[in-house]
Amino acid sequence: MAVDWRSYKPVLIPDIPNLNDIDVYIKNGGYESLKKVLSDDWTPVSVVDEVKAANIRGRGGAGFNAGLKWSFMPQPDGGPRYLACNGDESEPGTFKDRMIFEYNPHLFIEGALIAAYAMQCTTIYVYIRGEYINWINMMDKALQDAYSKGFIGNNILGSDFSVNFYTHSGAGAYICGEETSMLESLEGKRGYPRVKPPFPAQRGLWGRPTTINNIETLANVPLVINNGADWFKGIGAENHPGPILYGISGHVNRPGVYELPSGVPVLDLIDEVAGGVKNGKKLKAIIPGGSSTPVLRADQLDGVSMDSDSLREAGSMLGTAGLVVIDEDTDMIDLLWRIAHFYHHESCGQCTPCREGTGWLEKILLKIKNGDGEVKDLDLLLDLTTQMEGRTICALADAAAWPVRHTINRFRDEFEARCKKSVHAMA
Amino acid sequence: MKYEFSKEELEQIEQIKARYPEVKPATLPVLWIAQKKFGHVEPEVQKLVAKTLELPESHVHGVAEFYTQYYKKEQGKFVLDVCTCLSCQICGGYDILHYLEDKLGIKNGETTEDKMFTIQQVECLGACGYAPMMQITNGVYVNHLTKEKVDKVIDGLKKGEVPEFEKMEMRKVKPQEN
Repeated sequence: MAVDWRSYKPVLIPDIPNLNDIDVYIKNGGYESLKKVLSDDWTPVSVVDEVKAANIRGRGGAGFNAGLKWSFMPQPDGGPRYLACNGDESEPGTFKDRMIFEYNPHLFIEGALIAAYAMQCTTIYVYIRGEYINWINMMDKALQDAYSKGFIGNNILGSDFSVNFYTHSGAGAYICGEETSMLESLEGKRGYPRVKPPFPAQRGLWGRPTTINNIETLANVPLVINNGADWFKGIGAENHPGPILYGISGHVNRPGVYELPSGVPVLDLIDEVAGGVKNGKKLKAIIPGGSSTPVLRADQLDGVSMDSDSLREAGSMLGTAGLVVIDEDTDMIDLLWRIAHFYHHESCGQCTPCREGTGWLEKILLKIKNGDGEVKDLDLLLDLTTQMEGRTICALADAAAWPVRHTINRFRDEFEARCKKSVHAMA
Repeated sequence: MKYEFSKEELEQIEQIKARYPEVKPATLPVLWIAQKKFGHVEPEVQKLVAKTLELPESHVHGVAEFYTQYYKKEQGKFVLDVCTCLSCQICGGYDILHYLEDKLGIKNGETTEDKMFTIQQVECLGACGYAPMMQITNGVYVNHLTKEKVDKVIDGLKKGEVPEFEKMEMRKVKPQEN
């Protein structure tokens, strides 16, 4: 059943002027859900259960049920426990969490506070990529305002719940969006991903229980508390419910961040929401949710909608819902080479298959791009992707391998046309 | 040249240290303070950070080297970080990069002789819907670049005028008009 997105009213970034101002936020019902969970009617466990029932699937790209993730935290033992909020937002094509920092920072802060209450965390850090310095400053101001109103600190709103909340700036490293790498970076080290298990809920920051959630994920939490899990589940696609911040970029007339329900048909997003393909060109392909999600050809998009099930059936993923629209004049070899360059540049270098593999992907693609490639190089690339996928500590190698494999497979003719015929028989 | 933190900066560093259960997490924030003050984090600055935090120099060096936003050597007064990644690539990011290179007579990674400008091609800055774009010296984002806009920005910077902050556009779904 098609999702009714045309009558949808935004709730994450509603059209209220100056909502980033704490007084305006409070006037519009802000911090009411925090008050609610701190009242006698709620317990940490009941908050976890409600959020779990809402099925807020992680908006950072992995799509894991946030409440279920929270439930992995062990019983409190009197020591420190942490919530680390992931505002690293570095997957090419993704630029939506910044919208929350700018337009509705207190919704995120409130959500993080409720999450910290539910998991009985003692400190919250929000890790924001260093390039977002203007938005880090906005968050620092918003946090200060929330401190001064008594929403953060000791005995919040007269309750037993106390928590501190700080920003922590990155300094330019895509890998720090990977959750365990982010923990290393928070601990003041190079951002090398950790081997799992142990998972962060067991051993996270400084060896203590830690949960990592994306900014948009947490911004949904106050809405769930205020309106109930059933309300949330009634929005958008059944298995991936709720509002989504779609970041639409590339060759469209009106690029930008749009808040709509999950499950909007891809072609509606392009043609109606984003004003169609620029300059009257034809659509060639899309990347649905950031550079690691497999590219889909225009002829694969009939009936496909922006939710995890529909995109999986079509042969891709929802990722971060950062939709990149690609027109008919785009050179797919050039595009893929640039993606490979990105992952090579950003590989942290810990694992050999990734460090070396991303370099070889880029090198071979450059050779093809320059017209010196042979058809057998395409098969070498495909072979390389299988040597990388699933053989490393974190998912960066997978993220580098998927676009190479799927772009070649889905645009094989275009790649072959650029290649010389192989002189030797293929192995 | 001797590098030192002021009394105010040392107080700020103490406040930062109080946010964490140990000292090491202050490495990134203090490198930021140092870069803001000195314009870069050359090895001598890294030593100051290590000394101030009582951490091994090798640790601070390793961190400074890992993160691309820390300038390991002196840069131009304005560092122009031009994004050429994915959405910026397909929306003309390379045209902007090459236009800037021609205009300033330097290549990616180089600094003009008068030490005014450095050009760096960078990876995705998370402004895909506003492509092509650049960031100026780890600060303001300049969106929807055209050659004309680049000219204006460079002329302004030469006079010391940094472009103003551009708000993200609040997008609303328009009903289809026939």
